[in-house]
Amino acid sequence: MPVNEDFVGRAFDPVGPYAVDAAMIADFASAVGASDPVHFDADAARAAGYRDVIAPPTMAVRFDQLASRAYVQDPEAGIDYSRVVHGEQKFVHHRPITAGDELMAQTTVDSIRTAGGHAMISVRSEITAGDEPVATTTSTIVVRGGE
Amino acid sequence: MPRSFDEVSVGDQLGPVTVPVARETLVAYAGASLDQNPIHQDEVFAKSVGLPDVIAHGMWTMGAAGTVVADWAGDAGRVVEYGTRFTSMVVVPSSGAELEVSGVVKSLDEAARRATVELTATSGGQKVLGRALAIVQLD
Repeated sequence: MPVNEDFVGRAFDPVGPYAVDAAMIADFASAVGASDPVHFDADAARAAGYRDVIAPPTMAVRFDQLASRAYVQDPEAGIDYSRVVHGEQKFVHHRPITAGDELMAQTTVDSIRTAGGHAMISVRSEITAGDEPVATTTSTIVVRGGE
Repeated sequence: MPRSFDEVSVGDQLGPVTVPVARETLVAYAGASLDQNPIHQDEVFAKSVGLPDVIAHGMWTMGAAGTVVADWAGDAGRVVEYGTRFTSMVVVPSSGAELEVSGVVKSLDEAARRATVELTATSGGQKVLGRALAIVQLD
């Protein structure tokens, strides 16, 4: 089944709330080799002006992934995940993700382009805490066509 | 301490920094990111789907390269935008691999006191990130 272009513009139900804690941030920071004390030491984070420890910029992908599952796992979307390659990723941070946050995430399908049997899908997730925008993630996944 | 805008010039260099990556690194990243795709952990599975070996998560590579900008900024929270294309795989044999990361200040926005940094990341001689740009809010 080809990728279903009718999904362009569709916004999925927000997911969450997800509680962010210091251990989640420390584990992610360690895994990417980050050593900035703002990830590990609440006093250092407060001295830098934050409420508590903050996440590395790319940790927003965790919430993007939780939100976009509703799309990529929708049988009507026509996405064979075994043929998916991550093409591009971008983060815009309105403020850092911080321990103590309760985050919601909502995915929208921005565009689907088909070229040479491959489908390029651009997906956006808006990550929020209450009424406050926290981060916007945009990703392009490529679904490789069959032989 | 965050880096001051006044001490930054276009052309300033970041790195190079060598980041080691082992299979254990990818297992830790899988748990922290919720991306448990077996191509990033299981050599037999990765080879069964035509890959040369276990490959790093693209997002691990992006995150590891991002630490170089964060360290330069002096505060990871100052990296306000960060985007990249994934151009090649970081292949991680059981003996491990290395990611080489460097960067250069491409442009400055005096009104916003922001710098745009372009990162270069290579592994095994291959460029693994393309158009990797970060915007840093300086003091």
